[in-house]
Amino acid sequence: MSEQTQHEAKHGEHEHHVTPPIVYIVIFATLLVFTALTVGASYIEMGVFNPIVAILIGVVKATLVVLFFMGVKYSTKLTQLTVGAGLFTFLALISMTLADYISRAWGRW
Amino acid sequence: MSDSPTIAHDAHEAPHHEHPPYQRHHFETVEQQADATNFAMWLFLLTEIMFFGGLFTAYLIYRNWYYPAFVAASHQLNIFWGTANTAVLISSSFTMAMGVWCAETRRKGGLVLCLVLTFVLGLVFLGIKTIEYSEKIEKHHVPGFHYSLNSFLNPDSDEAAKAAGDKPMPLDMARHTEIYFFLYFAMTGMHALHMIIGIALLGFMIFRAQAGAYTAGHVTFVENFGLYWHFVDIVWIFLFPLLYLISRHAN
Repeated sequence: MSEQTQHEAKHGEHEHHVTPPIVYIVIFATLLVFTALTVGASYIEMGVFNPIVAILIGVVKATLVVLFFMGVKYSTKLTQLTVGAGLFTFLALISMTLADYISRAWGRW
Repeated sequence: MSDSPTIAHDAHEAPHHEHPPYQRHHFETVEQQADATNFAMWLFLLTEIMFFGGLFTAYLIYRNWYYPAFVAASHQLNIFWGTANTAVLISSSFTMAMGVWCAETRRKGGLVLCLVLTFVLGLVFLGIKTIEYSEKIEKHHVPGFHYSLNSFLNPDSDEAAKAAGDKPMPLDMARHTEIYFFLYFAMTGMHALHMIIGIALLGFMIFRAQAGAYTAGHVTFVENFGLYWHFVDIVWIFLFPLLYLISRHAN
């Protein structure tokens, strides 16, 4: 390693974060448990809450994957902001579309 | 960026300064390069979110319009294979994450093993998907000229529909099961295409990893491929409950 890169490593804005395997193992086990939970929950009659529970479990699983497997928890602020902006745009577009479909026939029946 | 006078001096003295071979000239530091690449990868993933988002939105709208058709059609999916495939895909995400760790800690053997495991699990996923698709083809549940409404008009003649306790549906609602299967094939097909691309890249990476390409301090490619693979996993995490688990409880 050259002197230059050693300097840079010392003066860099942040160190490259290495997630230890134990974190991955715990997240992996949690994801499997939530998979079993979501299958089990679909067999219980909860009326309107069935899809809500299914989506909630999906959101929890996706959040775990994004934060730990994809390492966003330890990423730069720029990456975190990018992920947040993407999620926000996605939710804004989906809710505007659904709002249109729900409300376009209002007052016509 | 450089607060140290030594570095500033170096930069003035030798514009073509020494750097690792994998650092591009237009980046000041390896870290800056890694951050920029990571940012670019996430921008690509955002376009992917928007792409799959369109499919998910279409699904939500049709599901709200034709809910009974969606329930009956979802009963045709095999919950055992669906759950197994979810576990396979989560496992492949885990082996991929471990692969990134092996690259970061410069374990060449471990990295190759993890990439091979991810590759194999990806193939297992596609194999199970093939079993499921062939079931649909046999029952004429592929949208098109040969689409059959039999499972929904005469549920007693269909094992899966009978087991779920489906009642015969009126023709106009039964016809909408075709929309469910259209979305099913569009969404799982697009997901499978992403898996195929990922598996092809993994094959390439296994050879590169054996040559020691990712265990010499430059892990960007493995890391960013990991982001792609985990993204594909997340898509499935939502596809599974939405397509397979709409309403499994007794009617």
